[in-house]
Parts: sequence; C-alpha cells; structure tokens
Amino acid sequence: MVEDQVSLTQHVVPVEAGAHVVHATFLDGQPVLALADGVIWVNERRVVAHPEGAILAAASDGKWLVTGGDDGRLVATGSGGPSEPLADEKGRWIDAVATKDGAVAWSSGKQIRARDSGGLVKSWTAPTSGRGVAFLPKGYRLAVAHYNGVSLWFPNAAAEPTMLEWKGSHLDVSVSPDGRFLVTSMQENSLHGWRLSDARNMRMTGYPGKTRSVSWSQDGHWLATSGADACVVWPFKDKDGPMGKAPRECGIRPQRITHVAFHPRALVVAVGYADGLVLLCRLGDGAEILVRNSAPDAGAISALAWDSKGSRLMFGTDAGAAGLLTLPA
Amino acid sequence: MAAPHSDKIPADKIPVTVLTGYLGAGKTTLLNRILSEPHGKRYAVIVNEFGEIGIDNELVVGADEEVFEMNNGCICCTVRGDLIRIIEGLMKRKGKFDAIIVETTGLADPAPVAQTFFVDEDVQKVARLDAVVTVADAKWLSARLRDAPEAKNQIAFADVIILNKTDLVSAAELREVEARIRAINPYARLHRAQKCNVEIAEVLERRAFDLERILDIEPEFLTVDEHDHDHEHGHHEHEHHGLKHFHDEDMQSISARYEGDLDPNKFMPWINQLTQALGPSILRCKGIVALKGDPKRFVFQGVHMMLDGEPQREWKPDEKRESKVVFIGRDLDEELIRKGFFNCAA
Repeated sequence: MVEDQVSLTQHVVPVEAGAHVVHATFLDGQPVLALADGVIWVNERRVVAHPEGAILAAASDGKWLVTGGDDGRLVATGSGGPSEPLADEKGRWIDAVATKDGAVAWSSGKQIRARDSGGLVKSWTAPTSGRGVAFLPKGYRLAVAHYNGVSLWFPNAAAEPTMLEWKGSHLDVSVSPDGRFLVTSMQENSLHGWRLSDARNMRMTGYPGKTRSVSWSQDGHWLATSGADACVVWPFKDKDGPMGKAPRECGIRPQRITHVAFHPRALVVAVGYADGLVLLCRLGDGAEILVRNSAPDAGAISALAWDSKGSRLMFGTDAGAAGLLTLPA
Repeated sequence: MAAPHSDKIPADKIPVTVLTGYLGAGKTTLLNRILSEPHGKRYAVIVNEFGEIGIDNELVVGADEEVFEMNNGCICCTVRGDLIRIIEGLMKRKGKFDAIIVETTGLADPAPVAQTFFVDEDVQKVARLDAVVTVADAKWLSARLRDAPEAKNQIAFADVIILNKTDLVSAAELREVEARIRAINPYARLHRAQKCNVEIAEVLERRAFDLERILDIEPEFLTVDEHDHDHEHGHHEHEHHGLKHFHDEDMQSISARYEGDLDPNKFMPWINQLTQALGPSILRCKGIVALKGDPKRFVFQGVHMMLDGEPQREWKPDEKRESKVVFIGRDLDEELIRKGFFNCAA
C-alpha cells in the first residue's frame, strides 16, 4: 500500500537531532526541536536550556518555546536569543506545560502554577498530581487533568476551581479551538470528553493503547488521535460532539500511531507511527502521501508540527532522528 | 483478567527493584548502602521523602505515592499512577542509568507497585519488575505482625526479606521472628543483617518475576543465609533444627503438589476463576505445571487477580513430570484450593 503512494520523501531535509525529540515547533518561522537531553535545536543552532537536565514537557505559542525539565526548571527560549529561566521548582520535576498569549502554566506534582504575560505567578494545589494542563481559548483559565477528573481554574480568581468529575486517571488534556469541548486521554486506553456548556460526559473507547497525542482541525470540527493502528478522527462539529457517531479512520497500517498533527488550514492530518513512518492523510477521501519511510532503529515519531501557513512539517523521533518537510509550491 | 504474557524479556528492559519495609526497619540504610558501594552501576531512585538519601545522586526522584484504581471493574486492580509517569520521564534519560529502585513508604502495600508492571503497557515496554525486597526489623517485626497489617503484607509479598538489626535480639528471639516470617512466606530468600549489610547481589538482579527463572518452588526453610554473623559464633548450628513452627492467624501460604499431569482444559479455567474469585485475598501465587500432551513446563505467577503464564523449557527426560502451585494470601480456604487443584488431574 505504501509503495504505491505519492511520496514527498525527496522534499524532506533530515535533521540530526541526536536525542529523543520531545516537542517540535516553529518560532518566528524557524524550525525548532526540544530535545530530551536539555538542548533546544533552533534551525541548526543548539541552545542548552537545561544543563544536566532532561526536558520532560514543552509548549510553544509561535514566539516562545517553554520547556519544563527534570531539573525542576521552567525555561523560555526564543528563536534568536538565549534561554530565559521562568521558574524553579527546586528539583521537582515539571511534568506538563501550556502556553497562551504570553502566559505559561505548568504542573510539578500537585503544584499547579500559572504565570501571566506580566510575570505574575499564581499557584493552586491539585488533589493529585497534575498530569496535563491546557489553557481554555477564552479568558485566562486553565484546565488541569488529574485523578478522577479535570479542574478548571481561573488563576486570578479566589474561587476554588470547578471540577469535571470522571473516575479514573486522566493524563493529557486538550480543549477544542472553539472552547466547546474538553477532552482527556486516560490510563485505560480511552478518551474522555466533556461538553463545557453543561458538563455532559462522552467516552471515546476502543483504543489498543494509550492516546498520548491529539490534534484539533483548525475549524474545531475534528479531533485526530493516536493510540491505534489507524488515525482515529472524532467528529466534533455537531452540538453533541461525537456522541453516537462513529469516528473516521485514516492511515491504517499494522503499526501503532504515536503522534498526530492537523494541518493548520486544510483537512489533512500528519500521522506518525511507532516505526518512524510519517504520512499525510486527507480526511475527505483518505488519500495518503508518504513523508518519511520507516527505518530500523529510527525510533517512534514523538513530535510533529506544522508551521503557521502549513507549508512545512517538522517531525522527530524518540531515537533522535528528525526531518523538515517543505511542501512543493 | 489473565493477562497474556507480554513477550520474552529483552535484555534492555530496565530492572525495577521495589524496596518495602515497615517504618524504621532500615530501608534508607539499605538504599544508601546500595548507592555507595563501588559496583559501577547507576541507579535511578524513586523516593517518597526527599533528602533522606545521604548519597549525592542526580537521579533521585521525589514521588507522592498515588494509588489509582483502574476502571476495569476490579476493586483490587490498583496501580501507582506516579510510577507510570516517572518511568515515562526517566526514559528521557535512557542510557544514563542501569536500574531503577523504588522505595515505598513504611505503610505502603507493595501490590499497586507490582500491579503497575502487569497493567501498564508503556511501563512493560521499557521496564520489568525485578523483585520485591522487604527490610524487617528483627526486634520489632513480631510485634508489627500482630498490630500492623501493612507489615504483614510486606512480608507476604516479598521475594527477598532482609531481617535487619539481628544484633539487637537474642538467638531465641531471632529463631522466633524467623519462624513467624516463614509462617507467612516460606518462599522468600531470607537474609540476616545488621545495618543492612547484605551482598548487593542478593538484593538486585533477582529476576523474581521472570517466568524463565521460575525453576523450582520450594520453601526456603533450610536455606537461611547467614554470611554476616561472623562475630556471633556458636549458635547457628542449632538454629536450623530448632525452627519453631508458627501458624499466622490470617495470612497463610498454601501449597499443593500433584505427581503427574494436569488437564489443561480443567486447570486453565480453574486458575483463572480462582484468582478472579479470591483475587483480593491472594497476594502472590506461583506454579510449575505439567500439562497433558505438552512437552514444556507451564509456569505462572500472579499478584492478586493479575496472572501471567507461559510455557517454559521442556521437561527433561530424567525429570519427573509433576505439578506444583503455591498461594500466599489472607484467610485462604486451604481445603477448597487443594480440592480444586487436584480436580484438575488429567
């Protein structure tokens, strides 16, 4: 199947990342990788953001890449300058990071903090370790995934966070771009969703493995997910979201999907697999284009990112390989 | 929920040793000892209290023991959520350490830690449970076995028991505490120690959960190891003969042996149903079974309701085909278990 595909492999420039790629992004148009060995790769330049530390979590807003490490430090790196420390949790691991409009949030065990664009830091202690953090699109509000649910916290309000309850261990959290739905990945190989208007629950099950990567289409109508041997794409257009509907599937191969990234303009999703292969799949007709072939010891795809125009795709693996695809004009 | 065995254990899976023991038994002493010996190995250590470790080690990770229930309808199926997260994070430093040691709090139940390795696929891919090592205080263990169910759990669960502070008790007291340990768990390796002075090789790389290594299941009454009592001459001679026999009121080990083949169509449903029904009471189980028509030994082990079993090596021509099972648990109905087992005879 893959042999007959249209291929873009000749448009990929390989990048020798040299360490597990934790996150890929573009800063001011430059391709950037956050590496597990504490280094930020910025278009062939290397910035040591976490000396002696490993990068555990990263997030970026197109201007800054914010990384949290097992050295307990939170560091911001721009495309031009050196890294700038934002916070120090005294050696406690920083497990999750989120960014929005110059604000940053992170979790370190149960300690959840949010730093606004002016540098003011607010703290909240979650009932159990915060596993995922995500800003809601409207206002200065943070979603924190933890055991038995998600808490919605206004860092600037004195009120206790609102909790969306669902039994079990919630891992990553993601909010639809229109702010209507919130989705978590769970320990039990499933996704859980809430419609935020009325906290209605929705369960998305059937995954053979954990979903650790999700991506919303630009219009917020679709959610692409990893964790199966196909990219499972849930419909979120209707007011009930995916309730009672079957998901679409694309990029079916006998390999676990490890990372997904929707194109920022088209209904095309970049799909990365455990064997290092990368495909572009068009949602409408399931057409596939090969970006990168699998290779022995290449590692699993651990990061994927489109630039803002959708003309370049950066990918990286957990074995330290990476590449930059530039779509032909 | 008999989990299929994931696959053969590749050499590059990181071994994880779980260190348990009641408050004050000497876990931190053992940990410091392991870290300070010139073994050339690098350990990532997951601890609950930062700062207790006297050795400078960049890979000491502070954890809050977060025991989570799994949403699978099984009440005893709990995992350590923090451990799953930390092992995932440690893999970002792959190649920087050789093994992981998890120190649990004094009141911890070892089961959720062990079950994490049965339940979580991502953990299974990169790490393997090596052994549960329990440090016990020779002077106070007998009292704790009476008043602290946690201490009893830790003894029942152990693959290796380090009976520490033996210099603080008389020979008679030592015999008594050993007999009490054996009443609960006759299968663990037992080492006497002072200030946890045991050979590191007796603690690490035990492969106690490796089905390939389950060679025989015999009580270890006669194999008490005592390399460390150099200055206390004279009394060990008598100890082995004078072992008292205790019966613990609520925690027992039950073993059964059948000198012949079992019918796989009877045995498999029986062991699955038994562990489903009695899962909350069964802490550990193990077995080597001769299945009719199968040239290979079938070995299994379990933690509560989790079972892991697979065909092992072939029976040797001069080896007697026989079937043995052991269960360690609380309030187990010996009659029922033995009857069920013998009903599986081919």
